[in-house]
Amino acid sequence: MTKGIEEIDEVVIKFAGDSGDGMQLTGSQFSNTTAFIGNDLSTFPDFPAEIRAPQGTVAGVSGFKIQFGNTNVYSPGDKADVLIAMNPAALKANLDWIKHRGTIIIDSDSFKSKDFEKAQFTSNPLEDGTLEEYNLIEAPITKLTKDSVAEFDIENKSRTRSKNMFALGIVYWLFSRPLNITEDFLDAKFKKNPELAKANKAALKAGYNYALTVELLPSSYKIKAATLPKGKYRSITGNIATAWGFLAAAENSGLKLFLGSYPITPASDILHELSKHKGFDVISLQAEDEIAGICSAIGASFAGSLAITTTSGPGLALKGEAIGLAMMTELPIVIVDVQRGGPSTGLPTKTEQSDLLQAVYGRNGESPVIVIAASTPANCFDYAYMASKLAVEHMTPVLLLTDGFIANGAEPWRIKNTKDLPQIEPSVIEKNNPDSWKPYLRDDEKLARKWAVPGTKGFEHRIGGLEKQEVTGNVSYDPANHENMVKLRAEKVKKVADFIPHLEVLGEEQAELLIVGWGGTQGSLLTAYNELKKQGKNVAFAHFNYINPLPKNTAEIFANYKNIVVCELNLGQFVKLLRSELPQFDYKTYNKVQGLPFTKAELVDKFNEILEGGEK
Amino acid sequence: MNHLAEEILTAKDFVTDQDVRWCPGCGDYAILKAVQNTLPQIGKNKEDIVFVSGIGCSSRFPYYIETYGFHTIHGRAPAIATGVKLANPNLSVWQVTGDGDALAIGGNHYIHALRRNIDINILLFNNEIYGLTKGQFSPTSQTGIVTKSSPQGTTDRAFNPGKLALGAGATFFARVIDIDPKRMTEVLIEAEKHKGTSLVEILQNCVIFNDKVFDPVTNKDVKLDAQLWLEHGKPMIFGKENNKGLVLKNLELEVVTIGENGITEADILIHDAYSVNDTLHNLLVNMSAPHFPVAFGVIRNVTSSSFDEGVYHQLANEKQKAKYSSVNELINSGVTWEIV
Repeated sequence: MTKGIEEIDEVVIKFAGDSGDGMQLTGSQFSNTTAFIGNDLSTFPDFPAEIRAPQGTVAGVSGFKIQFGNTNVYSPGDKADVLIAMNPAALKANLDWIKHRGTIIIDSDSFKSKDFEKAQFTSNPLEDGTLEEYNLIEAPITKLTKDSVAEFDIENKSRTRSKNMFALGIVYWLFSRPLNITEDFLDAKFKKNPELAKANKAALKAGYNYALTVELLPSSYKIKAATLPKGKYRSITGNIATAWGFLAAAENSGLKLFLGSYPITPASDILHELSKHKGFDVISLQAEDEIAGICSAIGASFAGSLAITTTSGPGLALKGEAIGLAMMTELPIVIVDVQRGGPSTGLPTKTEQSDLLQAVYGRNGESPVIVIAASTPANCFDYAYMASKLAVEHMTPVLLLTDGFIANGAEPWRIKNTKDLPQIEPSVIEKNNPDSWKPYLRDDEKLARKWAVPGTKGFEHRIGGLEKQEVTGNVSYDPANHENMVKLRAEKVKKVADFIPHLEVLGEEQAELLIVGWGGTQGSLLTAYNELKKQGKNVAFAHFNYINPLPKNTAEIFANYKNIVVCELNLGQFVKLLRSELPQFDYKTYNKVQGLPFTKAELVDKFNEILEGGEK
Repeated sequence: MNHLAEEILTAKDFVTDQDVRWCPGCGDYAILKAVQNTLPQIGKNKEDIVFVSGIGCSSRFPYYIETYGFHTIHGRAPAIATGVKLANPNLSVWQVTGDGDALAIGGNHYIHALRRNIDINILLFNNEIYGLTKGQFSPTSQTGIVTKSSPQGTTDRAFNPGKLALGAGATFFARVIDIDPKRMTEVLIEAEKHKGTSLVEILQNCVIFNDKVFDPVTNKDVKLDAQLWLEHGKPMIFGKENNKGLVLKNLELEVVTIGENGITEADILIHDAYSVNDTLHNLLVNMSAPHFPVAFGVIRNVTSSSFDEGVYHQLANEKQKAKYSSVNELINSGVTWEIV
């Protein structure tokens, strides 16, 4: 292979090591630097549920995948062009996920016999031909890292710990990235221990220089900046974007933000982020359990706050009764479910879309709520904002679904100006007119009641979970009134369809195949759709962010396509909803429940199969 | 904080237009009356008072009080009240609950409200039975009680709500009786004044499912000997002849008679409700018939900063040193880049 700089369009890199090896940090540093120099990217952190799973075992491997390129990148990619494996287990766990002729960088110091035996290799994979088809780069990373930090006055255990920075240095050279973003990050991170900052920076530089100097590496790659729209960008994960969307909604609505939450993977980062921002008058309560998390938020909502609770699948199950109370009393609240692999405890750190039916139907009685779903890390900001807006304008709980994939994944975000976001006008009482007000008097447009909060003179009233008389809100056991109220509450949620955007379609207005998805799979589906377009196929793509109610033009769009395939990371929950709401259409399905996102390859295969008539 | 109501209110101002629907003779009626008599005396406007309840007979209470009210779900009222108070700390927040609501399904929220010391008043109607679900035993029912769900008698042991509260770090605990509205009002005013979670256990008679369960303590023939009403700074004296008292012997309380065995009034323990040390409060809370009188009145009333004070103190600090004056500033902070 010739040495030199090779120009390429897009590349997938996977960093993998023990869960204590700092792979998540390494990956996010590489992402930040890559975003900073103008590539588009998408990331996929993939780690075990155990904090420190047994060292050196496949179960303990923590990985971070990133795809970046000079065109729009919508997914973290399928197989890696470059794998950085810090030990044999990391190699073992990723062998099926490297491209043919891909590059593997390993730490040769970690391939002693006991190491590869622990990873359940029967012989040394470096010697037995396992890696023949790959471009293997063996670097004594552990030893070189130790040498590079020898001069610093740091603890012994910190000497080898910097090897992730050495590996990052190699990859920075390989892809012509600057070191300064990570150097600044290290200075800030180890502000209280400058010696450690220096050591880590030395390891980073040593890795970079090692790659530059030795003759091991075939070439380095250059990827031109992507042609993204003009503007100011930052890298953002879904959980941070969600938290910021709520901050923006609170600021624009003039309401105080209240978060009641109980820690749960993978939603806790929203709690962490909002807890940092008390300067914005945010109250964050770490409650005693999931139920208290939502109940405290319902109390805050009753008292006039923009109330939020955040959780994941098992927590949503616990919150069900309280969501019913908020629905029944018609108080605004946003419930965020960062979906993970289920059922029960399931796969806490893996992604899935299997809470959709729980979100739409998972409560006692006729209990409709608005359900919306974010679909990329960055648009979690927009949907957290929209969820807040819909809740306080329509006086109803809103369930916002995200998932582990977009919550932890990062992408460049063209920073919005919060002044450009749609206005939020909470459905509040007119304070000077208590006499014409009744707790359950509704407006005609939205059927929303008016919010009268404690502390407001003349509006003292009582509400509760018992059925209430229309208008007055007094407890009522009248049969006809009950049916009327059940229908009113359902109608109120249906009417939301008048206030949400229409469904948009990419591609032809009429085509052989309409690809349909919802929530966090948008990037994967869009990647596959683009590939089919490249192949000249007659396809279109529609992605849902509004689940309940559905966009008003859904049927109108579906009618234009010969085949509709609904793709989900579950056994077919959204399609079940579509079949009951729009039974006039025939739906094909593509489902995957492995705790992993879709790959481009499997989607393209499936869609081609349908196009060729192989799938009925 | 506003301690003066703008207008003079009377008990009538706190009566709603709803029919009260407890069973005839239920102890809840007397409690409702006492609360309606208390509210004009706490220096709050009607609109600044919120009653929150869970599920059970007692939890219908908010419908009958002309303030803001929220009848919520079973066991969760402490969490909801916590949210109300945190959202607006100027509100006087009252939680009304029963022994099933607070100590069975809501046990977790009960202990955590007390642990945090959120500034709310909890009125725990203890009738040692489930009323609304028609007569099953509760976590405070005495061992062996025969009910529909325990036809052979229970083998459960009972919670002592005060002991549980002290274990959870309660800063205010009082015990009163439904049929003694005058003293109840006095205690409720103390509870409202206390900053932090004020727990008032009200022994309340369920005429239908557990009638006369407190008779050995409340019956007028025995009550003077069976009740010890505690007042801060006063000796722990009780009895028909007003000559019985408590002394401490080997870390245990003992009932003595003044004038016998050389005991004088000076030997009797003086009640210190304000003592941070809860050892004696625990002993008092634990006393039961027949060997001891049951302790009533404000047993513990300790000054300590409340949870909401702490939260708002932190908010004020953080606002003062806030790095960002708008969300726009926040989202534009850190590593960003321009594409031109």
